[in-house]
Amino acid sequence: MSPRLRWRKFVSGFMLTMTGVCALLAVSVLFFILGYLVYHGGTSISWNFFTKLPAPVGESGGGMANAILGSAKLLLLASLAGVPIGFFGAIYLAEFSGGTTAFVVRYAADLLNGVPSIVIGIFSYSLVVLPFKHFSTLAGGFALGLMMIPITLRSTEEFLRAVPRALREAAMALGASKWKTIATVIVPAAYRGILTAILLAFARVAGETAPLLFTAFGNRFWSPGWNQPTASLPVMIFTYAIAPYDDWHRQAWAAGLVLLGLILVINIVARAILSRGIAVPRS
Amino acid sequence: MESYQQDPIARAEKVAMTTTTVPSAGPVAGSRSLFSRLREGDEIARMITFLFAASVVLVTLLLVLELWQGSVLPRHKFGFNFFRTSVWDPIFDQFGALPFIYGTLITASVSLLIAVPLGIGAAIFLAELAPPRVSDALEFFIDLLAAVPSVIYGLLGVFIVVPLMRQYIQPALKHSFGFLPLFQGPAYGVGFLTAGIVLAIMIIPYIISVSREVLLSVPRDQREAALSLGATRWESTWKIVVPFARTGIFGSIFLALARALGETMAVTMVIGNTPTISSSLFSPGYSIAAVIANEFTEATGDLYLQALIELGLVLFILTFILNGLARLLIVATSQRGSGTGHA
Repeated sequence: MSPRLRWRKFVSGFMLTMTGVCALLAVSVLFFILGYLVYHGGTSISWNFFTKLPAPVGESGGGMANAILGSAKLLLLASLAGVPIGFFGAIYLAEFSGGTTAFVVRYAADLLNGVPSIVIGIFSYSLVVLPFKHFSTLAGGFALGLMMIPITLRSTEEFLRAVPRALREAAMALGASKWKTIATVIVPAAYRGILTAILLAFARVAGETAPLLFTAFGNRFWSPGWNQPTASLPVMIFTYAIAPYDDWHRQAWAAGLVLLGLILVINIVARAILSRGIAVPRS
Repeated sequence: MESYQQDPIARAEKVAMTTTTVPSAGPVAGSRSLFSRLREGDEIARMITFLFAASVVLVTLLLVLELWQGSVLPRHKFGFNFFRTSVWDPIFDQFGALPFIYGTLITASVSLLIAVPLGIGAAIFLAELAPPRVSDALEFFIDLLAAVPSVIYGLLGVFIVVPLMRQYIQPALKHSFGFLPLFQGPAYGVGFLTAGIVLAIMIIPYIISVSREVLLSVPRDQREAALSLGATRWESTWKIVVPFARTGIFGSIFLALARALGETMAVTMVIGNTPTISSSLFSPGYSIAAVIANEFTEATGDLYLQALIELGLVLFILTFILNGLARLLIVATSQRGSGTGHA
């Protein structure tokens, strides 16, 4: 083997190993994050965390029950706005539209998807908070819903489009009208994909903090109804992490563990649903 | 980002492409009278779904409008000076955004310097080297990593990266590269460099996911041709496959850059929140998103609030341009490569 070839083989082997190291580094970050959160959060988590209100400043103990409920309410509102608009909008895109309208809708959705979350917060602030004159669950839910729409819309559309043409033609040949075909054939055929899309969008907004800072704001007590500022897990993590109290840091770790656990579980479930067999066309 | 599922979709799309387009309402519906379409409900279903789709467009337009109208005052008062001056003094109604723009650009550049080589290296491994099963499994973890919320990165940044930087990394950098203006000044822990590193960790998954897809779409015969001419595995990858996928990889970088510019929480928690312009990466700074996050609720007075909204507008325009470019580049590459498959 000539020295030149030996050198080339060496470079090849070396660089390919380096790419492997890169991949390993990237993936190990996940396990590092998980490990650290479980280590720090696991020791700080307790029954009180889920059932008690935050303790007054200076006292130790307390929990984040109000933030957990607040997050649940915010996510419920977000889903009420994001899922129907995303779902029906996707049906329009995949089944009814063509040409310019579809292009405009898709373009708008992609644009909305790329908007930084803090800017979504500004938008929700001037649209919901300013007219009502105070921070509210409603404004936070609106902001999160806004973020959910484009994600649900675009991925649902992809899954609807993936339903084989033969299924549509068969339904139509049997005399079904278009909407009947959609409701009884196409959507059921794509339901796993649609469910995955919705779950992933939900998990994505569940951890969003920036749009909540000046819409849902924060609250150290329960937030009755929908029209008052509310605590939420991500914002609590933020305020507790940058506060100077050790006890608050421990709570922040616990909240981080709960939040990340929830998001990762939803992600894994969503992907499991999908891999159990979506209607994949075989031609 | 959902590329774990992309396999079935990609396959499905290919089928859709070979069998012309999905039947649309146009020609089918046109052959029947409006009355029969109404009775069967098609027209109604179309209208209802149209309303939902139209609301997306409406909301997006409204967002742009609100940002534009919400920043009228500072735009008229300061004009272009808003971007050129660096005094940010709410008490005397002086608003210059230069330190924030500087901080945003510097942190984003640092993050790209770290994330691009690492991300592309990992993507090459996943697309070219790893067996499909391993590649898919790793990609699954990468997708999970992309799902980790930014406040969690911020949490780890505050409690792990910042102390690490203060005690070990910054002193070490100062020791070996202290002659460069980049690595001078006291090691606070927080600052441009720390923010850049945390951002890099956050955007690596995006670069890997998209670059991997793009690399996988490079036709197999390109690799085989290079190998058959005697190229080593690395030469075929680096000189043939990567250049072929170049535009798409640039797309993934733009996408990641857009994320980095708009990222709020993690940056706010580790950048130090001081509006300074300094050549040293150790210096605490501020970014556009961070200043909005910190000061929006405290903004008293219309001009102050609107100055912050104008910063939001700047952020919006920046990400709008970058995302648009990214999408163009990625689409351009995936259409160039028609075959898929692992090498």
